[in-house]
This record gives sequence, structure tokens and C-alpha cells, in this order.
Amino acid sequence: MKQWLHPGFWITFVIVLALGLAPIVTQNASIREVMFTILLAISMAVSLNIILGYTGYVSFGHVVFFGLGGYLGMYLIDSWKASLPLAVLGGGAIAALLALALGASILRLRGAYFALATIGINEAARTFVANFEPFGGPTGIELHFSVYRDYGGPAQALWIAYYAVVGITLFAIVFSYLIKTSKFGLGLMSIREDEDAAEVMGIVTPRAKTLAFVFSAVLPGMLGVLFFFKNGNVEPGDAFRLHFSIETLVMIMLGGQGTLLGPVLGALGYQRLRGLLLTSDVKIGTLPLKDFQLVISGILLLIIVLFIPAGLVGWLRRRFAPLRRVLA
Amino acid sequence: MSVLLQVHEVTKRFGGLQALTQVSFDLPEGQILGLIGPNGAGKTTLFNTINGVYKPDGGRITFRGQDVTGKKPYYLAKMGMARTHQIVRPLNDLTVRENVMVGACFGHENRPLHEARAIADEVLAFVGLDARADQLAGSLNIAQKKRLEMARALAARPHLLLLDEVLAGLNPAEIDGMVQTILKIRDQGVTILMIEHVMKAIMNVSDRIIVLDYGQLIAEGTPQEIASNQRVIEAYLGDPRMAEQLMEEQV
Repeated sequence: MKQWLHPGFWITFVIVLALGLAPIVTQNASIREVMFTILLAISMAVSLNIILGYTGYVSFGHVVFFGLGGYLGMYLIDSWKASLPLAVLGGGAIAALLALALGASILRLRGAYFALATIGINEAARTFVANFEPFGGPTGIELHFSVYRDYGGPAQALWIAYYAVVGITLFAIVFSYLIKTSKFGLGLMSIREDEDAAEVMGIVTPRAKTLAFVFSAVLPGMLGVLFFFKNGNVEPGDAFRLHFSIETLVMIMLGGQGTLLGPVLGALGYQRLRGLLLTSDVKIGTLPLKDFQLVISGILLLIIVLFIPAGLVGWLRRRFAPLRRVLA
Repeated sequence: MSVLLQVHEVTKRFGGLQALTQVSFDLPEGQILGLIGPNGAGKTTLFNTINGVYKPDGGRITFRGQDVTGKKPYYLAKMGMARTHQIVRPLNDLTVRENVMVGACFGHENRPLHEARAIADEVLAFVGLDARADQLAGSLNIAQKKRLEMARALAARPHLLLLDEVLAGLNPAEIDGMVQTILKIRDQGVTILMIEHVMKAIMNVSDRIIVLDYGQLIAEGTPQEIASNQRVIEAYLGDPRMAEQLMEEQV
């Protein structure tokens, strides 16, 4: 078990723990809101990294797991009076089931075809949910105020949702590291490097890829429930926002795909930048800069792909060999 | 001696191209079988068909007494078949040691990670790559990458090893080193099927040789028989005197 002595794991874990504790120590609700968004981004990026960074499959429509999980959770809370933990588990389970079903079919596709298929799945899910009456059709599901009473009122419920996100994010770090340092993880990275060679060496690639896809889908499914529980309502347009998927991709690429710390730093950096842009008063001509948030993330992605495809952590590890002992 | 691999009337087509036509041969346990033939004769296609990369259009392949026709490569790997690639396929972003660990982890013996590490170090020392264990595989030169291919295959502790032109592109000293390695592997009880263009080497190490030409098996026999076979000389060796020379050069 000497992999747990690696400083790369502890650096990452402590960063996330410090971020998570900041609002709890200060008991400041506005810091909590900022951190909720950041931790959500971190755990989404860390999850997506399992299929994207470790296995080498670009899942463009990964938000489908977030959206579908969120929808099922809200449905369970609203119609079945389920408790939040149960709804969260339900969200994770439906995401895992969808990934399992998709794994068997679309993971046969490689490269750009797989990426396109995942976009198609996300759009199909949105259209389906928008026409699915039990999920409220196009208007979605709105939680009744009384739901929060069981959790000590809305204010307290927000804290509970936050604690849950902190817990899930810490779990995501441990889980991701566990995969990375396991035999299963070695198989995934072999698939990323050369799938045909991996098969010849005895890796049962269909099973490994499907499992990786399921692992990368579970936590987004759970996070969706927490996010929409906090929001109080869910609509098709909110749940399956494709650009949320793309932003998660940018975060991973920014920090370094296939590393443990990369998606964490990438998500943190991207969300800070986004926050700055959204609240800035700077204008370009007559247009406010905040309208350009997605333009900037697009340009950022382009720059990364062109100049530092390994991302920040990947670049550091390659450039300075001693850092490999410190950064995971 | 029991037959480890049996190839029976195997046929493979790619569209209009007849790549393999009813190829049949037996490979007894413990032997080195050489596979030679002109470029495009279907040698690598035969390898790909044996280890499941391609499904044959006809015929039957039996490995360790079991019909494995059309089985996936990972199935055959788990049964104890390992191979190297003519065009090396290192897992570039993994270290040399990790590359070899993949063979031990997922191949025939299905070892856990910590045991695979020990096997990898042992095999890397055997092929002379131990000094490079912590380097990224992508940073090796071509001769080292060929050794890595070999190490990865050996780490699986296979019953049958398919070697696809492991000597190509090596200088004479490197060839000698590799030939010694191949003989040592055979002495450990591993059966070997090898494709090779370096005639001197294949004539030296093979117990028997089969010859492919235009997807057909045109000859089978000991190295001496092959070197004096008229059809082989016409199709592949060219000059009859060269064949004689090859035999004289044998140690």
C-alpha cells in the first residue's frame, strides 16, 4: 500500500480539503456558494478524467450523467418523498446504468466518432426528458418549499448539500487515485496509449472501457441531484447544457489530462477566471467582457491544445523530471 | 512431442485480395518455427489471424488442444500466446517498466501489480533494458523498442511466442545479441514462431521453416531442405548460390 505515501496524492487531497473547509470555518454563505461551484467543477473534472485522461476516450456529452442523475433524484424527492441521501444514490445508480448500456454500444467507436456519439446521447436525453411527463416535460420539476423542512429549513439544507459535495469531491480524489495506481488503471492507460496493442497483451478492452465509463459517470449522477436540490428546480435546458460538458473538458486540458492534480487545478483556475470575467465591469467596445466568457474558454482550449497539450501538471512533470516524485 | 499450435486450411481475404489460401501447418511444443517469404506474401496476416486480430474466412486454428478460431486477441493472450509487432507499438507515455508490467498483469499469468513489478524487472534484465526501466517508453531508440516488445511478450510467460521481424533494422552486433536471447527463450521451454528476413539468423535458429508466397504455403522443412528447395529459391532466395552460401555460413 505504499502508493498512499506518494506526496502527489496528499497535495491534491489537502488542496481539496482546504477549499472544502474554507466556508465551514468562516461560516460564510457567499464563500460557500463560490466553493460549491468550484468543488462541483473539480469533482466533475476528476470524474471525466477517468474516461478522458486515463482511458483516452473524449466524452463530449458527459453532462448527460449529471442531468439524468439530477432529474431522477429530483423526481424521487418530489414524487416519492425520498430522502436526499437516497435520491443521491438513485442519481448515481441511473448514471451508472446508462453508462453501462452505452458502454456496450458506443465504446466500440473510436476517436472523434465516440465524441460525436456522446453529444448525440446528450441531445437525445434532453429531448426525451422534455417530453417525459413524469419528469414534468418541458417545465421540469420544482421542489415544494416544504421539502426543505425535513432538513431544518432552506438555509440549513444548503449547508447539507454543500457538505455532501465536499464529501463527494474528497471521495472523487481518493477514487481517482485508487484507479490510477491499480492494475485496472494500468490497463486503462494501455488502452489510451494503443488499444490494439493492449488487446494483444491480454487486456479485455470492452470490459475495461465500459467499467471506466461507469466509474466516470457515477459521481456526476450524484452531483446532479445535489445541484438541483440546492437550486430547487430542474429543467431540460439546465440539466443537459452541452457547454457545461465542454467547460469540464477545458478544465481537464488546462490542468493536465491523466494526472490526479491536473483536473483539480484546472477546475479551480477555470472557475476563478470565469468568476472574474462574470463580475468584471470591463467593456470591449460597447460589449461587456462578461459576455465573452465562453469565447475565452474556447480560445483557452485552442491555446492549450496547440502549445501545451499535456496541460499544466503534465507539462511540469515532463519538463522537470524530479517533480514526478511530487506530482501525481 | 505434442502439437501446441495447429493451423488447418486457414484462408483470409481482404475484399478482392486473397491474403491467405488454405495455409496448414503444425507447430510442436518446444520448437522454433521460422516463417519466411517475400514482402506481401501474407506473413504478418498469418500472425494476425493466429492471434485473433483478424478473423479467418475459412479454416481452423487449434491452440493447446482448443479450437480458437475467431477468438479475440485478449482471449488468446490469456491462454498463453504472446507476440511482438513488426512495427513497434510501445505505450509511449508509460515507463519501460510499466510497459512490461502490462504483459505480466494481463497476459497468461494474470499477476497482481506488485508481482508484475518483480517479473518486469527480471525480464528487463534478461533482455538488457534494466538500466532504462524508469524511462518513458517513447524515449527509447528502435533497437531498444524491439527489446521492449520482446520483454512485454516474455513477461506474460507465454507458451507460444510470435516474433514478427525482431531483427529488422538492427546492426550485426545487435542481431547477435537478439539471436542469443531468442535461443535462451527457447531453452526455457517457450515455443516460438518467428517471421524473419535476416536469412543467416533464421537458418541458424529455426528447427523447421515454412515458406509463404502469395498467401500460399509453398514449402516446409528443415533449414537445409528449404535452402535447396527449387521453388523457394525461385520465389524468395533468388540466386541458388546465395542459398548455398547461407548454409556454409552456419556455425
